[in-house]
Amino acid sequence: MSTRIATGGRLLNKSNAVSFSFNGKQLRGFEGDTLASALLANDQMLVGRSFKYHRPRGIVAAGPEEPNALVNLGQGDRFEPNQRATTTELFDGLQSESQNHWPSLEFDVGAINKHLSRFLPAGFYYKMFIHPRPFWKHVYEPIIRHSAGLGKAPKDLDGDTYEHFHAFCDVLVIGGGVAGLEAARTAALSGAKVIVLEQTAHWGGRAPVDGGTVDGTPVGAFVDTLVEELSTMENVTLRTRVMGAGVYDHGYVLGYERLTDHAPKTAGPRHRLWRIRAGHIVTATGAIERPLSFSGNDIPGVMLAASVRDYLVNYGVSVGDRTVVVTNNDDAYRTAIALTEAGLTVPAILDARVLPQDSALMARAKDLGIRVMMGHAVARVTGGKRVTGVEVCSQSGEGAVLETFPCDAVAMSGGWSPVVHLWSHCGGKLTWDTAGAMFRPDVNNPPLGADGHGFVTAAGAAAGFFALDDILHDAHAAADGVATTLGFKLPADAVSPNADRQEEAPLAPVWMMPQGANVKLREKTFLDYQNDVKVSDVRLAAQEGFVSVEHAKRYTTLGMATDQGKLSNINGLATLAGAMDADIPAVGTTTFRPPYHPISMGSIAGEARGDVFQPIRRTPLHDWHETNGADWEPVGHWRRPYAYPRKGESTHDAVMREVTNTRSKLGMLDASTLGKIIVKGPDAGRFLDMLYTNMMSSLKPGKCRYGLMCSENGFLIDDGVVARIDEETFLCHTTTGGAESIHQHMEEWLQTEWWDFNVYTANVTEQYAQIAVVGPNARTCLEKLGGMDLSKEALAFMEWADGTLGGFKCRVYRISFSGELSYEIAVDAGQGQAFWDALMVAGNDLGVMPYGTECLHILRAEKGFIMIGDETDGTVIPQDLGLNWAISKKKDDYLGKRAQQRTHMADPTRWKLVGLETTDGSTLPDGAYAVGEGENENGQRNMIGRVTSTYHSPTLGKGIAMGLVLNGPDRMGEVLDFPGTDGKTYQAKIVDPVFYDKEGAKQNV
Amino acid sequence: MSEAVSALKAAEFTGGIAEVTLMDPIGMISVRGDLTAAYMKKALKKAVGLGLPDTRSVQINGDRGVAWMSPDELLLLCPYDQVSDTIDMLTKCFGSNHTLAVNVSDARAVFRISGAHSRDVLAKLAPVDLSPATFTPGMIRRTRLAQVPAAFWIEEGDSFRLVCFRSVALYVYDLLKIAAQPGSAPVFYSAKP
Repeated sequence: MSTRIATGGRLLNKSNAVSFSFNGKQLRGFEGDTLASALLANDQMLVGRSFKYHRPRGIVAAGPEEPNALVNLGQGDRFEPNQRATTTELFDGLQSESQNHWPSLEFDVGAINKHLSRFLPAGFYYKMFIHPRPFWKHVYEPIIRHSAGLGKAPKDLDGDTYEHFHAFCDVLVIGGGVAGLEAARTAALSGAKVIVLEQTAHWGGRAPVDGGTVDGTPVGAFVDTLVEELSTMENVTLRTRVMGAGVYDHGYVLGYERLTDHAPKTAGPRHRLWRIRAGHIVTATGAIERPLSFSGNDIPGVMLAASVRDYLVNYGVSVGDRTVVVTNNDDAYRTAIALTEAGLTVPAILDARVLPQDSALMARAKDLGIRVMMGHAVARVTGGKRVTGVEVCSQSGEGAVLETFPCDAVAMSGGWSPVVHLWSHCGGKLTWDTAGAMFRPDVNNPPLGADGHGFVTAAGAAAGFFALDDILHDAHAAADGVATTLGFKLPADAVSPNADRQEEAPLAPVWMMPQGANVKLREKTFLDYQNDVKVSDVRLAAQEGFVSVEHAKRYTTLGMATDQGKLSNINGLATLAGAMDADIPAVGTTTFRPPYHPISMGSIAGEARGDVFQPIRRTPLHDWHETNGADWEPVGHWRRPYAYPRKGESTHDAVMREVTNTRSKLGMLDASTLGKIIVKGPDAGRFLDMLYTNMMSSLKPGKCRYGLMCSENGFLIDDGVVARIDEETFLCHTTTGGAESIHQHMEEWLQTEWWDFNVYTANVTEQYAQIAVVGPNARTCLEKLGGMDLSKEALAFMEWADGTLGGFKCRVYRISFSGELSYEIAVDAGQGQAFWDALMVAGNDLGVMPYGTECLHILRAEKGFIMIGDETDGTVIPQDLGLNWAISKKKDDYLGKRAQQRTHMADPTRWKLVGLETTDGSTLPDGAYAVGEGENENGQRNMIGRVTSTYHSPTLGKGIAMGLVLNGPDRMGEVLDFPGTDGKTYQAKIVDPVFYDKEGAKQNV
Repeated sequence: MSEAVSALKAAEFTGGIAEVTLMDPIGMISVRGDLTAAYMKKALKKAVGLGLPDTRSVQINGDRGVAWMSPDELLLLCPYDQVSDTIDMLTKCFGSNHTLAVNVSDARAVFRISGAHSRDVLAKLAPVDLSPATFTPGMIRRTRLAQVPAAFWIEEGDSFRLVCFRSVALYVYDLLKIAAQPGSAPVFYSAKP
């Protein structure tokens, strides 16, 4: 059984016991434990069920590479699935439950799948669920959804907050082990600004567990001294609990900081996403131990040898009383030695190698009385929910059992793989190291920056160095090189520390144990624990032709689980290579993509949630609209009142009332959102002639003109009224959504093509509150405020004037988007509310009412005015809308002119704008299509038009609409069929799009 | 005319790792022209009593100032009620030269962010190197604050002046409050404890 022992536990604070729960069971651990170490201390060997076969699974590792120990963590608004027990720090009150089992962890119905495993081979989904086709959607997928999946989805809104943080440095060191710390010290001594990120809460990485001495000091004490030195340096920032998640182009790195996961009651954000720009990145990310492939290597109690050592030294946890060690390298001997020294039993070390002479570690193990069995291997691990024993065979054979050891744990080591993920994210290449049987960073092919030079350097174990002395020297040299390329210089007296050397015997690559394992054994030999991929699956994939590593990965799902193949990657590649009789480097690796280890969605979103999910733009009158019951409509990032329903009034009724009131009395609209761009300079007229389809240079100061703007492809992109302020100055109104984009459009042309035009622009949209005063009583209302002559003679239609109204400095435009007598009045934004209030008072006995955007739409539709975004959709040209009158024939050029002459644009069969009137007065459905004769090549009915705007007009008492129709203007009076999505077919007659006051008498009074 | 109203009613946040305060409106004039020309130097001298700021710099002289915005754009600061006089003065100095000077005072909202962690608070929202050695008094950054444009400079000590568009004043205020929430100091740009 696994238990806490009296000695060891260097990371624990044994004076602070904490309680936590697992599957409702109350357990105890210590401050400093991870959830994994605390579970093992409580003999909780079984922690989950596998994804596909629901096999019992236990903790395998002690770090982020852990594939099995995923739990649902927390409750309510702090519930989170798929949390790794090995990277979860224990805190008092932690609640966890295992995943992927039903009805319980101990008894799982789904485990029947393991007896069906012969029927669930690689590619099973693709083979089985393809026929009959409809079954996938209706039968297979729902069943698979139910039985598969890891943790539960959270139900509540996340109760925590998150944030981003932007940081900059010369050298970013990822990894706080000896290599990272030595690299940081070297870079810092040369004068660089350094940040060091360490994913755990502790410095030093594996070194304090693995041991050794540096310049005569035990490595643990060396680490402490180094950290102390670094923390006093002004140019160094040390951060624990921050994982380097991803490396991106231009030295951009994401760091994932877990601020309160270990102390959830602390104030402040839970996670912080560091967005770091570094001059150079040093990846000192260490290495991950590989499992060995033998039958039963997934039974709870089979663990990585170094992790067994971690639990013993760091947490004082014994994984078993009797632990069989199985290895192909010297490092696992350290585990056997540590266990024996702690008073635990190691019945044997099964070493797959046959070596001519003992290495120092072997000799030491033998001195301790441990039985070392060279050339031996695990034939099979026995047990179900925990290990009961190991059957030993010869590595070179086919698995004939020679001896059996009863035991409760197996410590395995198949060698080490450098953590090359961050090196590879931006394209750093790898090279196969035959001696170490591993991929290591190819120093000649680093990820390249904009200057063509590498911007990532690997150091220490991440670069493929495993002896302490080599690690320190490599880290020192790497950082020295990095500093030099950045223009810093290391002082001559700053030299690398030296560690005592301990020679190790070379590793022997072992990808299958025993070498000649039969199918029966291979079917219980797991490569990817989380996705239940076995040696037999990879071999089958190769046999079926999935020989590309990326194909085999997807076919078998090898390495596609939440651990992204940290343990399974190399073993899987080697198995594939073996099946193909190819070299491992010829097979290659799959692509390493960020993040290195899953990061929370909350950290990605940062602060952007709730009120600040997106910016909401508010006009100077926003509060008034809100107080007066506005129904909001989002327009771009703005909120505009859609209508102002009164108590007991439906929104539709409110819109009808607003239309009728504006047509008969007086309406007021907040038009502040419309774009206002000043265009000034000696070439302003010439510039606007190029931007608008019609002539603007001929406009006289004091006058306004409606204009259309097209893209260079001829499509209509914006419209609005242009006012000429003086000889050199124009004010261009744009649509609400167009203010920023049209300003940018102007600047782009000025800065890239027409740099010789003397024109300046300024977007002054937000400087003004602009209020439309509309209706037969508009002039009377403004005259009550007094201060300007607004008579027809003094200010005619399409003119503007500066002046004061009711004491407010303002600019009055006599323009109309409603067909009524209408003024749009701009005042400084800070005066907007006061001016609106003054208008409401003045209009009180004139029947004034505010109106919203829907009323505005109906008013303009009654007049046949087009709306950008309704009548246009990016494929419509002004000619389609019958706006030829606004296209100058005199101008040599304007943006879009040439495009509009292309054959497709000049095609007479382009759909053209018409009015549509239902035969029964009902309202056409928005976006409905008119159907014509016959069918197209896809067997669909031919379309001959579509509705672009449709409303019920209270003024006319019937439905009115506009639409684009094939040969529309030539088909006046014809009735078209518009099938609706409600099953009804609407009939509408083609009419003139101007439904109301065609001669414009009402706006011209 | 009535009293000019700022984008938000009084807004002040305390109790976090920095204080956030909405400021009264100040006069702001967007100026475009040839920044190196003699007429520009003369106009700046007359209008705000200052010279041409360097790239990404701001000069402050009491309640007046001038900030570099782009190679052909400046932002002039003055008391809110002196904007028209200042524009008149500029226009006179510019003469017939091709220039632009427009009042943008009401298009903006102004905040002060102060306290020992003001640099850290801003760095949560803006992709700017705010280390005291890099971002020094006299500098201005036209940048973004989360999802909207903003500009800021150091008022004095650890107090920053931040300008954003008027329509997003509430969004910016809410952002700053979240970034300044208690217990959230990264302690990266602020001095080590």
